[in-house]
Amino acid sequence: MSVNLTLLTIMGALYACGIYLILERSLTRVLLGLMLLANATNLLILATGGYAGLAPLYNKDTGAQEYSDPLPQALILTSIVISFAVTAFLLGIIYRTWVLARQDEIQDDIEDLRVAETPRFDAEDDAPIPAETSEFPLTMLGSDGSSVSDHATVADGPEAAGDSITAGAKKIPAEDAAAEEQPGSQNVTPGPEGGVK
Amino acid sequence: MITVLAVHFTVAAVAPFLFRAWGRNAFYALAAVPAASFVWLLFQHGAVYSDSGAVTEVVPWIPGLDLEFAFLLDPLAWVTSLLVLGVGALVLVYCARYFSLKDQDLGGFGAQFLAFAGVMFGLVVADDLLLLFIFWELTTILSYLLIGFARTRLAARRSALQALMVTTAGGLAMLVGLIMLGQSAGTYRISAILAQAPTLISGPTGEIVAAAVVLILVGAISKSALVPFHFWLPGAMAAPTPVSAYLHAAAMVKAGIYLVARLAPGFSETAYWQVIVLGLGLATMLVGGYRALRQTDIKLILAYGTVSQLGFLVMVVGLGTPDAALAGLAMLLAHGLFKATLFLVVGIIDHQSGTRDVRQLSGVFRSSRALGIVAGIGAASMAGVPLLAGFVAKESVLEAFVHHASDGEAWSMVVLVGIVIGSILTFAYTARFMWGAFAVKPGIERTTFKAVRPSFLAAPALLSLLTIVYGLWPAPVDAWVQPYAALFASTAPDAGTPAEQAGHLALWHGFTPALGLTALTFTLGLAMYFGRTLVARAQSRVPGWIDGDRIYQLTIGALDDTAVWITGRTQRGSLYFYLAVILTMAFVLPLTAMLLAGKPLPENLYFIDPYSPLQPVLGAGIVIGALAAVKANKRFLAVLMVSVTGYGIALMFALQGAPDLALTQMLVETIILVAFVLAMRSLPAELRDRTGGKYRVIRVIIGAAFGVTMVFAAIHAMGARVAVPVSLEFPRLAYKGGGGLNIVNVTLVDIRAWDTFGEISVLALAATGVASLIFVRGRGDRSRVSETIAEGSVGRQVAVDPGSREAAALAISRKFAASARDAWIVAGRTLAPERRSIIFEVVTRLIFHSLIIFSLYLLLAGHNLPGGGFAGGLTAGLALAIRYMAGGRFELREATPVGAGTLLGIGLATAAASGVVPLLLGGQVFQTAIIELWLPVFGDIKFVTSTIFDIGVYSVVIGLVLDVLRSLGSEIDEHFDEQRTAPAEDSPTDDAPPQEQQHEPAGVHAETTAKSQG
Repeated sequence: MSVNLTLLTIMGALYACGIYLILERSLTRVLLGLMLLANATNLLILATGGYAGLAPLYNKDTGAQEYSDPLPQALILTSIVISFAVTAFLLGIIYRTWVLARQDEIQDDIEDLRVAETPRFDAEDDAPIPAETSEFPLTMLGSDGSSVSDHATVADGPEAAGDSITAGAKKIPAEDAAAEEQPGSQNVTPGPEGGVK
Repeated sequence: MITVLAVHFTVAAVAPFLFRAWGRNAFYALAAVPAASFVWLLFQHGAVYSDSGAVTEVVPWIPGLDLEFAFLLDPLAWVTSLLVLGVGALVLVYCARYFSLKDQDLGGFGAQFLAFAGVMFGLVVADDLLLLFIFWELTTILSYLLIGFARTRLAARRSALQALMVTTAGGLAMLVGLIMLGQSAGTYRISAILAQAPTLISGPTGEIVAAAVVLILVGAISKSALVPFHFWLPGAMAAPTPVSAYLHAAAMVKAGIYLVARLAPGFSETAYWQVIVLGLGLATMLVGGYRALRQTDIKLILAYGTVSQLGFLVMVVGLGTPDAALAGLAMLLAHGLFKATLFLVVGIIDHQSGTRDVRQLSGVFRSSRALGIVAGIGAASMAGVPLLAGFVAKESVLEAFVHHASDGEAWSMVVLVGIVIGSILTFAYTARFMWGAFAVKPGIERTTFKAVRPSFLAAPALLSLLTIVYGLWPAPVDAWVQPYAALFASTAPDAGTPAEQAGHLALWHGFTPALGLTALTFTLGLAMYFGRTLVARAQSRVPGWIDGDRIYQLTIGALDDTAVWITGRTQRGSLYFYLAVILTMAFVLPLTAMLLAGKPLPENLYFIDPYSPLQPVLGAGIVIGALAAVKANKRFLAVLMVSVTGYGIALMFALQGAPDLALTQMLVETIILVAFVLAMRSLPAELRDRTGGKYRVIRVIIGAAFGVTMVFAAIHAMGARVAVPVSLEFPRLAYKGGGGLNIVNVTLVDIRAWDTFGEISVLALAATGVASLIFVRGRGDRSRVSETIAEGSVGRQVAVDPGSREAAALAISRKFAASARDAWIVAGRTLAPERRSIIFEVVTRLIFHSLIIFSLYLLLAGHNLPGGGFAGGLTAGLALAIRYMAGGRFELREATPVGAGTLLGIGLATAAASGVVPLLLGGQVFQTAIIELWLPVFGDIKFVTSTIFDIGVYSVVIGLVLDVLRSLGSEIDEHFDEQRTAPAEDSPTDDAPPQEQQHEPAGVHAETTAKSQG
């Protein structure tokens, strides 16, 4: 089919301006950019209809070719109203952002940045585990408790008491690192990502 | 078989309730399920060992994927099921005394355990590769839950996760292998694949099948804890001991062995099978045995012993000869019996004494001789002492490998020697286990040991009894496994009958080389036991070899670090960065594709449309508007410039022959402009431009490149179009079918009604979103009516310097406005006098009703003339906007007796009804009917039912506009009034410079307010 370069050129210019605007930090400009993009897209759909024609109001003497293509028009009509709804929604967001933060600018996401600072050491994965030689610790045994020797003093493996673990740039005592094992332990303060800060 | 599975899962589902009612004794009830299934299994013996050779059940599941619940109970599955169900029942019985009454979460544990038994049975009898895989992964997940039973302990959590990761990684490889195998065979039915295995291997698919089998073996060796994945099994000893006894001795780790045994009849001749099975099996056997000798925890001795035995088993069942197959299944049973016994004994020792450390246990045998005897039988069987199951099985294994080595290949000899060394190690660590657990050790205080109750000891005692029976009378086991061994039998004429090739299980074979090897094993094993201090010293000199666990930790750590590194590089938290990357890709890829394709531009391009020659002129205006919007550094200027492009495009629509679009676009642009002004009145006028410098250059490049790409993509796409547009049919359809002249409108409400219905749903959502963003709590549909508001109180200017010009102007406006006059609009009186505009009020009074009438006209005429629900709704919305601007928020409230939410709801309901009602009347969804009737005044009326749909659209659009006005207008007004009454907290005037609107700085007290009086 034949292609209307005028419409497409205008469309290209609107796309370029819209993209330039949405790459901006100001929320207002982002919204304006989106509106330009919506307009550009409407033009693109319009261009698919081909040559301009008669308004698509049925007349039994008119051939189907002579009307301006009604299908793109129906699509654009939908698009226009949806764009309006989206614009209104974004206006709500802009106002809300302004009320809450006195900001009209998109801030960097701190949560995203924090991911990069996750420490190498994660107690769940890296804390040394003292060797366990029973599922039945003292408290679960008989009343007297004298029945068993204190096996907790048996230090197996290389992690003897007093060792320390390198966690990122910090050194922390191995005992503290392992202490997370105890529920409700006060020895460690979990970092925001669950690691030991 | 399906019944057995169903009962397992059903009882597992209700298990938590049983535990709530009966406490730990509910384990007995659970044990009844596998026990009953075991009995059922015994009754299946006749059918399985009949001439047909198997019991099958097939229920279709997903026919499109050829996935079916296909089950097959053949001798291999039957023998394995004996172990799975029998040991499962016994371990559950044991659990009832192992766990304390106080233990938490026993219900969940019991449910998982029972479900595991069911899943394991399903895995064994599954006859479909994918079904097998599903059960396989279910065992992985359940084992994760069971190992992690003590979830407050780090060791349990970590090792559960480790087991999950390792076996799932293997499982993934296996899935690929299973699919490759199934696709090359053309069926996923295991029995069918095995039947055609020879043609698969020798045919053109041979290479693929060999690779598939390697991948499947990866799954098997990860599950059965073979080198290099062996480390997870000792780690999994953090599980409660019954779990270790069942999963890590008798059932789950046997899944890999089972799979090897299942595939061996067909695929043991493939290229890499023998290397993997024998090589890794031998390595595992030796590593496990060696490690077991170093352990000080009796449970870990058993764990490494299990690793060693699994390597051993894989070699035997994978060898692929009849005698090895016979010996392999015999060993599988014997191992299940004695290893479960020993784990259960370890559990009892731990339970009664509170430790499993060989350096603390002393004299346990003296405390409980019965326990010692039970353990002794199990251990003797493990070492291969005569008269017991282990001896019988091991003897035939040695026989098979001696036979295998007799062909004289060096490799076969290496395997045989390796097995003998492994057996010596087995003997040594068995002795170490018995010594560590029961012996009196000099220098160690005798361990306090609570008496063992018979009910606790029953399960291991029964297992060891079976070990003895099996050893003394191996004939039944022999009969059970002979049919499986016969699958490997050679059909050569001089080979003899299958039974002759496989040999028999027996206590006494005569003085064979195997017996000699056993004697050698015992001698050297005993020597290693008595020289244990020497062995320990030698072992401590050997540097720590490659530690699988350490490698796993490093791998996972490296994975974590890489993930963090990549995330840190890509997730920079900057929306600009993300968008730039996305958009750059969005033009680079299509541009590259277009350049590479090198297609010439289509021929019929034109700049001037002969039917619409003004387009270029208008286009220049639009582009200038867009550029000005980009350059503008004042907020409202930028908004206005964007509006210019919008109005320009409306004109473009008009020139193109689209009156509906032009009308709608005009209305929307106007309302958007109003919404912008309302929403942005509190924001600073200046648009600060912080992303400058080199970023601006990048933005220009991305923007321009994207625009150009879109232009060329559009040219190519449209140029490539050859078909006749579907819309050529639309005029006829619209008139004949839709009964309307306006083709676009009929398209919306009839031809593409579904699309439009989706759209108005989005509108309702967006409207609700706007209201929620501004009102925060609820939609705010219930606001006060104007009667309750004091006259002239809304938006009153206060605290104006009395001597200023401004104050004088204020006084004059108040004087004029306060003069008595008729009310032009209802709530105009509520506005402060200085806010009122008499002209605006008069004009509003004049045109509001006309606009509403006009909007109704657009709605109803839209079917035949430009207009319709959208245009009508927008016009009505515009009328409301005028009302609001003239009379303030209470005027808007007066103008709309029905709330915005109600309008949206009514609209959606109306539209939906117009879709559903035809269905009830026997038509199709959204079918329309044309009703022609005569009305007294109007004359002949042609009513098309799709108009009802359009009325719904009309209502939704009014609701949307109303929500925008209420939220961005009224509610923000109210915020301003509240700020005026509230004391200034942190002097917001610093951030918010004075506005160009009629509002004064926030944070100033009011003298009179609507709030205090109303």
